[in-house]
Amino acid sequence: MESIISISKLNKTFKGGFQALKNINLEVKPGEIFALLGPNGAGKTTLIKSICGLTMPTEGKILVGGYDIVEDYKKARRLVGLVPQELTTDAFETVWNTVCFSRGVFGKKKDSQFIEKILKDLSLWDKKSNILRTLSGGMKRRVMIAKALSHEPKVLFLDEPTAGVDVELRKGMWDLVSELKALGVTIILTTHYIEEAELMADRIGFIKNGEIIMVEDKDKIMKKMSQKTIEVTLSDKLDNVPTELKHLDVRLFGDKMNYLYDESKMNMQSFLNVLVQKNINVQDIQTKESSLEDIFVQLVKK
Amino acid sequence: MNMTAIGAIYKFEMARAWRTLAQTIAAPVISTCLYFVVFGSAIGSRIDEVDGISYGSFIVPGLIMLSVLTQSISNSAFGIYFPKFTGTIYEVLSAPLSFLEIVVGYVCAAASKSIILGLLILGTAHFFVDVTISHPFWMLFFLVLTALTFSLFGFLIGIWAESFEELQRIPLLIVTPLAFLGGSFYSISMLPPIWQKISMLNPVVYLISGFRWSFYNQADVKVSTSLIIIGCILAICIYLTYLVFKTGYKLKP
Repeated sequence: MESIISISKLNKTFKGGFQALKNINLEVKPGEIFALLGPNGAGKTTLIKSICGLTMPTEGKILVGGYDIVEDYKKARRLVGLVPQELTTDAFETVWNTVCFSRGVFGKKKDSQFIEKILKDLSLWDKKSNILRTLSGGMKRRVMIAKALSHEPKVLFLDEPTAGVDVELRKGMWDLVSELKALGVTIILTTHYIEEAELMADRIGFIKNGEIIMVEDKDKIMKKMSQKTIEVTLSDKLDNVPTELKHLDVRLFGDKMNYLYDESKMNMQSFLNVLVQKNINVQDIQTKESSLEDIFVQLVKK
Repeated sequence: MNMTAIGAIYKFEMARAWRTLAQTIAAPVISTCLYFVVFGSAIGSRIDEVDGISYGSFIVPGLIMLSVLTQSISNSAFGIYFPKFTGTIYEVLSAPLSFLEIVVGYVCAAASKSIILGLLILGTAHFFVDVTISHPFWMLFFLVLTALTFSLFGFLIGIWAESFEELQRIPLLIVTPLAFLGGSFYSISMLPPIWQKISMLNPVVYLISGFRWSFYNQADVKVSTSLIIIGCILAICIYLTYLVFKTGYKLKP
């Protein structure tokens, strides 16, 4: 399947000499939700800005829907909607006017019915005549999404869409993203809430110091990098790890024994058999799997 | 040309003008009326005719030009600076628009406001003094050309400025003095010879002279020279704007 976004050898060095992006190569498939994760200053926003034409890449090539963002920038940009990280709105405009402006500036004819649908979908319809500066932060965030959707983009960039948004609205935003995906919109998401990426993304890209260090299907990452720990609560404290378990990553913490599970070395059944053979009384057994957040921390620390 | 997008920017900017009617239209019209009262009636009644024209009538083209010039710059500069300041400029810059389309949208809106303002001042002048327009076509031509040229100049200032203080710096420290010394209130021929020569370095002299000619058939410099000078300023502004968008100067880091 042809990528909706194709980035090759992208570099961005700012005037002061700071290199924000280093040889980025990335393919985003149509219709997927792609989460771009990375610590602050990793280059996530610079990458998005480069694709949207808001910053000038130093070198490299970016194609959106097969169109070069430099040579065919009009065709490329028509496909893209952007919700930037900062809450930037025209303070003195009404919700209706600002969303209509966004549609117009992307060259689309006025379509009141379509704008009405977007505002209703985003629970903004009853605020359509409100001046933007009178809206709450969450409402402004919705307006920005409405603006980005007003010209019916094929690719939607959501740069920290739920930053500073309450739990209810955040969940509403997740539902909206799912609906957009169902409509075939490709979504590129950056977020600090890793659980958000874990919940929604099909694929995840990790960016660190301007470099993409991993791009993988979410499920594969979870399988590949996720670690299972078996935590056994003992009836009596042990002084030493039994000899039969010494070749494993087994640690004692008070009345707890933690086994960083490695099936290739010893499976669950064999591990429990050893405990039985050694007459070690067990009170409780729990298994814990690392979350995407743990994987993220692990990757960032490397 | 993406006319829908240009229209969206134009309408958006014009809507801002109607929202701030007192600031964009009423204030300049009132201040010009005050000029007519002070210079036209109070002081002007004690001044002889200038080039065969009563002083009150003589200052009309200059006052219109003064307002059109300063308002073109401030409207346009503010029009592009404000979205830059608030961050909403991202939308226009990420839209499928060429630099020309962006400029046309903003500059035409700013120029339209100035032209409306100029015509309103002209209408107001009729209440105070006799005004005749010898060359209506050229009057409109000079008005539109000046409004467009200085709106473009203001657009550049708006892109260059990084604070509200910088936004005001060039209009206040350079443009206003040049406008006042450009013959709004006097004929260049009334100045001592050395100042006449120095005045020729002031581009505003050519604008006002050409514009006044379209009213009273009287000019300090040749009309063709006025047109060439305005044309040159416009060409320089167009070139600088092209460079701004080509290099992303202060718009795209």
